[in-house]
Amino acid sequence: MQNDQILDVCNLTVRFANGAVRAVDGVDLSLGRGKLGIVGESGSGKSTVGRALMRLLPPFASVTADRLSFDGQDLLDLSERRMHKLRGARMSLIMQDPRYSLNPVKTIGIQVAEAARLHLGHRRKEARDAAEAILERVRIREPRRVLDAYPHQISGGMGQRVMIGMMLLAKPRLVIADEPTSALDVSVRGEVLDLLDEMVEQEGAALILISHDIRMVSAFCERIAVMYKGRVVEELAHLGEAEHIYTRGLISAMPDPRLPVRRLKVPDRAALAKLESEGGI
Amino acid sequence: MIEIRQLDITYGEGETANHVVRGIDLSIGEGESVGIVGESGCGKSTVLRSLVGLERGWRGSIQIGGRDMPQVRRIADLRLAQMVFQDPFGSLHPRHRIGTALSEAARCMGLRADPDRIAAALEEVGLPAGFADRFPHELSGGQRQRVAIARALIVEPPVILLDEPTSALDVSVQAEILNLLSDRREERGLTYLFVTHDLSVVSHMCDRILVMEKGVFSEELTADDIGAARATTPYAQHLIDASLLGHDTNP
Ligand SMILES: Nc1ncnc2c1ncn2[C@@H]1O[C@H](COP(=O)(O)OP(=O)(O)OP(=O)(O)O)[C@@H](O)[C@H]1O
Ligand SMILES: Nc1ncnc2c1ncn2[C@@H]1O[C@H](COP(=O)(O)OP(=O)(O)OP(=O)(O)O)[C@@H](O)[C@H]1O
Ligand SMILES: [Mg+2]
Ligand SMILES: [Mg+2]
Repeated sequence: MQNDQILDVCNLTVRFANGAVRAVDGVDLSLGRGKLGIVGESGSGKSTVGRALMRLLPPFASVTADRLSFDGQDLLDLSERRMHKLRGARMSLIMQDPRYSLNPVKTIGIQVAEAARLHLGHRRKEARDAAEAILERVRIREPRRVLDAYPHQISGGMGQRVMIGMMLLAKPRLVIADEPTSALDVSVRGEVLDLLDEMVEQEGAALILISHDIRMVSAFCERIAVMYKGRVVEELAHLGEAEHIYTRGLISAMPDPRLPVRRLKVPDRAALAKLESEGGI
Repeated sequence: MIEIRQLDITYGEGETANHVVRGIDLSIGEGESVGIVGESGCGKSTVLRSLVGLERGWRGSIQIGGRDMPQVRRIADLRLAQMVFQDPFGSLHPRHRIGTALSEAARCMGLRADPDRIAAALEEVGLPAGFADRFPHELSGGQRQRVAIARALIVEPPVILLDEPTSALDVSVQAEILNLLSDRREERGLTYLFVTHDLSVVSHMCDRILVMEKGVFSEELTADDIGAARATTPYAQHLIDASLLGHDTNP
């Protein structure tokens, strides 16, 4: 990945509540054009990494890093105004709870058209047509009806596709997608992944895909970073390379329809805690 | 335990009417666990919401535990079925502490809600009792979903409706929650109706799986059918095939 480094993060640390909670603890990430997956258990800090990169954490969160550069710019140094311009244009975050990142009192059509006006410089009618076209592209049936709906009137999966559509309009360099497919049925999931892939290929973008679906991530991404308690414990190209007992625990906890079991395996948390206290993690 | 006859739901009227659920029948025995899978927007959540009394204006009949469900539910009706929602964030009041959310859920249903019971409810879903003092935004997505499950269990209903209960959870917590749900079902003889996009989850949790397509059930599968990638309708076959993404990369 020659000179086209898009994101370079070194020793990113995020603390909440006066340092009592260290949600992210010295994470390094380096990413050019391509797809990096982040997996890890709930509360391990995946979303916090995403929000820290976007500088979207609440003011009481303390964010430090030795290096946090995006396209050669130091993100920690940028004014909030410059940062605001970057967000949604050059870098984009698709949130875990899509319906709560949409404005509840504006119709979907108004919000998507706003994005088309902002990023494509379209006027009213054009923007509305672009909005309809992008909803079709993310495979929303009856896009006209959805354009007139309010966020609470659409299903969870539709909300996620609306967010992805708005992001595609902006053609960002870096996309952080936080569980972008968890509310989608598997057939639509495949198509949304294709859309994200197309964006990476055509625009030369970098994608960080945060998901708990390890199988999907490993099939889709070139690299997988496994997070545990705020740290990246290993980086893999294939699940088969997993060495860390935590990663192996995650893999064996997944149900497999071809191998039914009465109870699922759960990670041995006591053993993990012991290993951790001995500095083995 | 659940008897649905000719359930029909339309949103809106006239030209903009959206006929979401189109006359479905469903019969679930006591202690059974049944799954619904299907395309996003096909009406799965709408069916669950009408079962639990969150939709008005449905037609047909709904019986739970032998009682006819009226459009407007009384407390005795509500205690029969509790729902765990798709969005863990949306289902918790942002300005209420977790402890308050749990005690309100119990109190609304006329149940005791002292601190010991709240602590036990949290521990039952694998959270420390101290989380009672936190606000929803101070929890991760998965931690919030455990709270949502605790809130349903605290009412001790015979029926639990689960709408994507683990889609925000990582696989290890998912395994813990699914085991927890299986244990409670065995222990209390609970009946589950389970909506999820994850076919491996639904085939692990359910005896029978209904495929929903455009407001009707188009096929019924068993867990074995999914394991063997065997369906009769093209849509169900497509769903099963698409869900196998990444299964071969298993070590
Ligand atoms: N605003 C906040 N104040 C205090 N603690 C927080 C806040 N936001 C997150 N945390 C804590 O930081 C840790 C990491 O949370 P984060 O949301 O990043 O986890 P995650 O890996 O995305 O989990 P999930 O898979 O459940 O979404 C958790 O322990 C969480 O409770
Ligand atoms: N309050 C509402 N007002 C109008 N239409 C609604 C409302 N709630 C849902 N709908 C519509 O009903 C249809 C079914 O929605 P529902 O939420 O039941 O889908 P779902 O099968 O659960 O989808 P998903 O898998 O994405 O959650 C959708 O077309 C949606 O737009
Ligand atoms: Mg998260
Ligand atoms: Mg739904």
